[in-house]
Amino acid sequence: MNFLDFEKPIAELEGKIEELRHLSDSDEINIAEEINRLQVKVDRLLRASYGKLTPWQKTQVARHPDRPHASDYIERLVSDFTPLAGDRCFAEDKAILGGLGRFRGQSVMVIGHEKGRDTESRVRHNFGMARPEGYRKARRLMEMADHFSIPVITFVDTAGAYPGVDAEARGQAEAIARSIETCLDIRVPLLSVIIGEGGSGGAIALAAGNTILMLEHSIYSVISPEGCASILWRSGDAAKDAAEALHLTAQDLQRLAVIDDIVPEPLGGAHRNPELAITSVAEHMDRALKSLALVEGGVLRARRRDKFLEMGKIGLP
Amino acid sequence: MNWLTNFVRPKIQSLVRPREVPDNLWDKCPQCGHMIFHRDLAKTLWVCAHCDHHMRMSVKARLDMLFDGAAYQRIELPKGLVDPLKFRDSKRYTDRLKDSQAKTNEQDAVVVAHGRVGGVPVVVAAFNFAFMGGSMGIAVGDGIVAAAELAVLQDAALIVVPASGGARMQEGILSLMQMARTTVAVAKVREKGLPFIVLLTDPTTGGVSASFAMLGDIHIAEPGAVIGFAGARVIETTIREKLPPGFQRAEYLLENGMVDMVVHRHKLAETLGRTLGLLRHRGAAGQLLPIAVDLPDSFEAEPGV
Repeated sequence: MNFLDFEKPIAELEGKIEELRHLSDSDEINIAEEINRLQVKVDRLLRASYGKLTPWQKTQVARHPDRPHASDYIERLVSDFTPLAGDRCFAEDKAILGGLGRFRGQSVMVIGHEKGRDTESRVRHNFGMARPEGYRKARRLMEMADHFSIPVITFVDTAGAYPGVDAEARGQAEAIARSIETCLDIRVPLLSVIIGEGGSGGAIALAAGNTILMLEHSIYSVISPEGCASILWRSGDAAKDAAEALHLTAQDLQRLAVIDDIVPEPLGGAHRNPELAITSVAEHMDRALKSLALVEGGVLRARRRDKFLEMGKIGLP
Repeated sequence: MNWLTNFVRPKIQSLVRPREVPDNLWDKCPQCGHMIFHRDLAKTLWVCAHCDHHMRMSVKARLDMLFDGAAYQRIELPKGLVDPLKFRDSKRYTDRLKDSQAKTNEQDAVVVAHGRVGGVPVVVAAFNFAFMGGSMGIAVGDGIVAAAELAVLQDAALIVVPASGGARMQEGILSLMQMARTTVAVAKVREKGLPFIVLLTDPTTGGVSASFAMLGDIHIAEPGAVIGFAGARVIETTIREKLPPGFQRAEYLLENGMVDMVVHRHKLAETLGRTLGLLRHRGAAGQLLPIAVDLPDSFEAEPGV
């Protein structure tokens, strides 16, 4: 288990519990009691700290290495998953996964940023930072879904599009722009779930959907708090202040009508109980897809476009 | 302070009539360093006569240069939501806005005007880099949407002239949303069969380049303009090496297939007029040409081909 800075007191208590568990072989009854007492304390601490996470703490939770990733959601929720590769122009970009499958029996096209779990897979997936090929693949798959009248589900989890010489040379900006354009053009339901980090243009390239769900402790922002701090505060140390100022939490984004619904996370964040987190996302996805399924394709497209044309009419009180 | 500066100089100055001397008569070319008199700059459209460097120019000069006979009508943009997040860094965002408004005498970073280019009716949305780096927030989104709607209404072509560092951070997620918003706006122009031309000027980066600015039917770039998604500094710190010379310049994009042409500023208006005339089936003077509907017999496809 990886612990975040603000989780230190929790980590200490859990360490103690672990020690006591080892001792409990020497059959003393009050050890079990002590463990229970500590567990209650841990839960109380978790509830207290996770009940009022600051935007900066949420940023850390959203980036937690043990948080369920797109591949975890696909594995648990999508049967018959059939990965599809390549942009048909240049390469296959593993920072964005995509493919056909079934969600609760229904054919779906699934597309998602994948950050990777260990060093080897992180490198393979380029830490979830896509190059133009990734966005062009996403576009190809969305168009295919449109062609076969299959709903699209996207899982958004990226620090942003990859800033590299090769990415620029092959038209990173154009690839993102076209991906956004395709999101707004298809006549099938587009459901986006922000499961971790929604980083700037690289995120909205997959997230201009009919319905946008966000996990309770995920973030979605025009720029990373660190990037914003270094530009506006001229110091990376101000990331905490920038996170506050950017209002990048699910709760604030719902107030701004940028997202539609928040999926509650298990106590202590999705990384403490990935199973439960994924199940609760699935319930929300099911509900959203069912209501979108009733709407005719042209209307879906028109409503999606109108929704984004209206963006910026509602501010924070 | 001594008696000379204190006493003699004021006396001497009062003898000759006090004259207002503007302090910005001379500009320095950022590339070759030559000092250029402001009138000469206006004459050369802010292109350095010594090294041909295309300097940034004001929105007014840009519009004067693009429209036929410098004749155009500016439109008033809707007053949208200001400072939706009550954003504050070392300074309040509303104060930054006021400073920029005072400095530029404009409400925000985009100006929309309509008129004719090469005789063809067009709506132009031009960015003002001097206004918070031309960054795109709700007001700029409003401008692009208004320009697109006007183009559809007037059956006119749409030309957008970005000069922008990207999204306006101070409006947070709502500035990111303008990428999707402007994408819908320009899609509506294209769906009406109207040309959408992007004239990429220095700089066009970030959220502006990754939305409407890369979705034109035709992309024309000014020489030397920086155009790209990620900022050069971000890339350098990511890959930890120096960037190749000319990286993200207009000519580099041309080489890489991202723009149709790189056109000298002195030839821009002519190029735009000619291109629009071709797209809209008009002659050089902007007269509508009849399109042959019935093809002559000789045009019939040969059987078996």
